[in-house]
Amino acid sequence: MKTKGKVFRYKDNVDTDVIIPARYLNTSNAEELASHCMEDIDKDFVKKVKKGDIIVADKNFGCGSSREHAPLAIKTSGIGCVIARSFARIFYRNSINIGLAILECEEACDNIEAGDEVEVDFDSGVIKNLTKNEEYQAEPFPPFMQSLISAGGLAPYMAKENN
Amino acid sequence: MGMTITEKILAKAAGLDSVHSGQLIMADLSMVLGNDITSPVAIKEFPKFGKKTVFDNTKVAMIPDHFAPNKDIKAAEQCKCVRCFANEQNIKNYFEVGEAGIEHALLPEKGLVTAGDVVIGADSHTCTYGALGAFSTGVGSTDMACGMATGKAWFKVPSSIKFVLKGKFNRYVTGKDLILHIIGQIGVDGALYKSMEFTGEGVASLSMDDRFTVCNMAIEAGAKNGIFPVDEKTLAYLKEAGAKTPVIFNSDSDASYDEVIEIDLSKLESTVSFPHLPSNTKTFSNMPKVKIDQVVIGSCTNGRISDLRAAAEILKGRHIDKSVRAIIIPATQKIYREAMHEGLFDIFLDAGCVISTPTCGPCLGGYMGILAAGERAISTTNRNFVGRMGHVESEVYLASPHVAAASAVTGYITDPNAL
Repeated sequence: MKTKGKVFRYKDNVDTDVIIPARYLNTSNAEELASHCMEDIDKDFVKKVKKGDIIVADKNFGCGSSREHAPLAIKTSGIGCVIARSFARIFYRNSINIGLAILECEEACDNIEAGDEVEVDFDSGVIKNLTKNEEYQAEPFPPFMQSLISAGGLAPYMAKENN
Repeated sequence: MGMTITEKILAKAAGLDSVHSGQLIMADLSMVLGNDITSPVAIKEFPKFGKKTVFDNTKVAMIPDHFAPNKDIKAAEQCKCVRCFANEQNIKNYFEVGEAGIEHALLPEKGLVTAGDVVIGADSHTCTYGALGAFSTGVGSTDMACGMATGKAWFKVPSSIKFVLKGKFNRYVTGKDLILHIIGQIGVDGALYKSMEFTGEGVASLSMDDRFTVCNMAIEAGAKNGIFPVDEKTLAYLKEAGAKTPVIFNSDSDASYDEVIEIDLSKLESTVSFPHLPSNTKTFSNMPKVKIDQVVIGSCTNGRISDLRAAAEILKGRHIDKSVRAIIIPATQKIYREAMHEGLFDIFLDAGCVISTPTCGPCLGGYMGILAAGERAISTTNRNFVGRMGHVESEVYLASPHVAAASAVTGYITDPNAL
């Protein structure tokens, strides 16, 4: 599986309160949540984002609240993948559980800039920066996570295990 | 090699003799928790796990506390969704507003968590129950749905950082100052994926409420859990709450730690986190003068009875500054009643504070104290991210109840020793 698109670039500690502010948590409707995604740090995000685009951030992406509404809003906005130096642990779990592609890659974060055209191959973990003609290798997922992801998330994985 | 307290609890829950950090395990759960924000998503996911009923209707807790009492029509729909599911599934630990409160104050108070338990909650501050010698951690709604359906959750066994406490707090220094100090030292990802284990002779001097506050904010350093050893204070608390028989684990002397950090409690000072990260801490020796518009004393971090007593100690016989709105939020109905009977409400009312029914409300910018553009609040809550309590251009300063109350009196962030 692959995604290709333009990069939205953010810094350290992007918290779930800015990914989807709590004032919108009186709903769990994915489209409604997506329409407010990132608005407290990037008002243009929702206007500009296209299907397949990629978020690249620095350390501790998704810190704060456990709200699954955060990865859900990002996924529904059209973002095909989030690349970061590190993820906050609940956000990491939630993303895998709901099928939002996330990758950890220092080298990609060192080199990718806002607006770059990037292609990500999830199977190999290869990240191609088409604008700069560079290639980076992301950390592979441990085998357990890979089986969770290939099952399509936690629910189908557990349902399969129980049968 | 020996194991840490966290490794021992997880090994037992996974039915294994031993586990080591980094190992992926499937653990049996003692309790699965959700609130009015996260449960509706979990309820939607629940059927996908192929089960018609929850794994154990005594081991699921649902507590409408974030936007309850219902703040608007949409919030009312979400609370209704939770109420209907709880009725349908005959969930024993569903708490309607009249008997409820903020989830992380309520569960321990009702005796629903004991030492040795493994608890997940679809709320990041579920790590609070580590104060009771339990392993507890925040997860998302899909994990909650999985927990409700199967009674299990997957974990990567965390490595640990050991915090060795010695000495005693000085006057007006509390568990809140300790945890803010630690987050200031190690950063908001300083314990990412790890366990924060608190130990040492200084633990004995910490009240249970202090320990709850410390574990509550472990997530603010990125930790998976925070945990204290069980001592006489823990056992007395569990007994009074009517909790199940505790199962006590202790870290082995040869357990392995990523890092050991010693902290002398007597050297700590009142600590305030400036916007917009809990790690952006200052003490009064290096603090600029900051005018505030609002004070919030409450939340799962600092809405317990000793927090209200601390605020009352400062506010007794004083009045808050005319430029300030001060909002006091007892965390549960029991705490509300205690505070009322102890005469704390008279002190708050005489001082010009408003007293709210238990709710998470303003902590996450829900309602009951939202900030306008340019306004500043000092708050005993746990996060000061951009827009956390309202407008994206408002600011939140995190502090202890003593500091928050002293600041209400002067209208500026104030050292209680300077009043």
